[in-house]
Amino acid sequence: MPFFEAFRLAIQTLRAQKLKSGFSLLGVFVGVASLIAAWSIANGVDRYMTEKFAQTLFGVNTFQLRRRPMFTPNVPDSVWRAWARRPRIRFSDAEAINNGLTVPVVTAWQSSDQVTVTFGNKEARDIELTAASERYFDIKNLRIAIGRPFTGEENRSGVPVAVLGDAVAKRLFAERQPLGRNVRIGGVPYRVIGVVEHQGSLMGFPLDRFVVVPALSPAQNMVNPPGILDAFLVKARSDVEMREAMSQAEGIMRSRRHLRPKQDNNFVLDTSEGVQRFWAGISRILMIVMPGIIIVSLVIGGIVIMNIMLMAVAERTREIGLRKSLGARRRDVLRQFLAESTAIALVGAAFGIIAGIGLTVLIDKVSPLPASVSAKSVVLGVVLGAGVGILFGVYPASRAARLDPITALRQE
Amino acid sequence: MSNVQLFRTGDTPLPDVIILAHKLTREYDMGSELVRALRGVSVQIQQNEYVAVMGPSGSGKSTLMNLIGCLDTPTSGEYWLNGQKVSELADDELARIRNKEIGFVFQTFNLLPRADALHNVELPLIYAGMPARSRRERAAHALERVGLGDRMDHKPNELSGGQRQRVAIARALVNEPSILLADEPTGNLDSTTSTEIMGVFAELHRQGQTVVMVTHEQDIAAHAARVITLRDGLVATDQARAA
Repeated sequence: MPFFEAFRLAIQTLRAQKLKSGFSLLGVFVGVASLIAAWSIANGVDRYMTEKFAQTLFGVNTFQLRRRPMFTPNVPDSVWRAWARRPRIRFSDAEAINNGLTVPVVTAWQSSDQVTVTFGNKEARDIELTAASERYFDIKNLRIAIGRPFTGEENRSGVPVAVLGDAVAKRLFAERQPLGRNVRIGGVPYRVIGVVEHQGSLMGFPLDRFVVVPALSPAQNMVNPPGILDAFLVKARSDVEMREAMSQAEGIMRSRRHLRPKQDNNFVLDTSEGVQRFWAGISRILMIVMPGIIIVSLVIGGIVIMNIMLMAVAERTREIGLRKSLGARRRDVLRQFLAESTAIALVGAAFGIIAGIGLTVLIDKVSPLPASVSAKSVVLGVVLGAGVGILFGVYPASRAARLDPITALRQE
Repeated sequence: MSNVQLFRTGDTPLPDVIILAHKLTREYDMGSELVRALRGVSVQIQQNEYVAVMGPSGSGKSTLMNLIGCLDTPTSGEYWLNGQKVSELADDELARIRNKEIGFVFQTFNLLPRADALHNVELPLIYAGMPARSRRERAAHALERVGLGDRMDHKPNELSGGQRQRVAIARALVNEPSILLADEPTGNLDSTTSTEIMGVFAELHRQGQTVVMVTHEQDIAAHAARVITLRDGLVATDQARAA
């Protein structure tokens, strides 16, 4: 009997016993659905991390000179204390690097803190105030929706102008035109000259609650002590040039701080790699835990299928006897029951794939987690489904194939 | 029978001898005791014979039936079917012989309940590896032969007992077997339907089909041209009847 025939027969049997089949494919269904959903979340977050997260926090081909790394998960207290003892980054450090680099780069100063911004009787709390130099917008890839960014001239002379994040503009001005109006930051009036395009959110954190002002404007005293920077941002044209710029910057800083060759850096040149390494760690854990869950549900699914198939063999002993008397060989019977268990598993996998994709779309829409379906997970779902059907179908099928036709025919 | 070959171990049967059983024994080891169901049965059946096998329960007729039907292998002795020595064949080869040479008709019909008449009749052809189109043609033709050309898409539960047995006969015939082997074919039928089914057998026999039928009913056995009676695992009587 050709396999196709066996498969057709199997589908017929499945359709004839919808309820029983429905239960029997539940395990595989859950296994495959969770496989696809989990993989898709990991996949989505992964792409997000590498493409958007890193870009948003750092910018492409960009490094930051900082006292300590920006992204610092799971750091012991002793390290924190060591970091806190380090000297801070000064305006003069930034100037020195800017003048010392031979690689073409774009640079910006950056210092930030949480403040309240007011306009008339309206106020926006917990807004990230960033005092930055004019190229900050380019490095962070912040596009201006209306108005303009501030200029280098405005930055150097410390003119009190402000570029608002989308959420801040909406909060303070609603439908009104914000350009040219004065908002107050720390009691000082700042003229709004631009609003940045809507940025959305990052893993659930809103990205539009910020105000950018010139680094040398009066607000500089709100974000840091005089002459101190949070970070000095350096953007190169390529990864190679960024590496080169980093090593030059490292040399400049080490000599400025009089570090001997054996002494460690007391500053960091931070890139998106740190974030990505952290994410890689999480995704590695996911990749270890997730298969466990999936394997457990697939094994349960397989055992259910095996049980159902053993029941089917018992129920259909006469049929097997008859088929054998009509000329079915052992392998024909084996194939028939294998096809049946595989069909159950594949139908379960198919529903699982549909549900997994549905779940993925839902998660992507409703939750802050970005999720996108991975084609590999769908293929794996089908393969695992069929594999479970075959693996757990072998025992019942071989029991059926070994039945003695005489006893099988005599069975009531 | 006049032209019975004097068969000795090592001989080959004459060409028109379809069934040749030579000193067949079949023993079952039931743990504590050895059951000797057949104790040396020698039978020859020629092409186009219509034979009934009778005997009380425990006489060994079912065992003989299983051996003739290639569902079982003898403990000793030879069994030749259509010129082929099948007593020593392996499992898969026996399956092939059952498929090609033997058409079974059972007391309980043994139709697949979820399949329609046509598919039931198709079954042996599926195992013969015939492509779907010719399979369907052959099955339809076999159903027409037993007068069920208009019932092909009926499921067994939509058919009467007699019709079900006709489907089973069509299934038995579809591979054009050497022998039609019927085990109590009327055991589950009322007397009118039994007569009807016996009519079908008679007609097939008239068309040249070799028929072997196991029954314990005298009046059913009376339809056959020859009756073999078994008792205690041996042939008790073997006589031709006046047709």
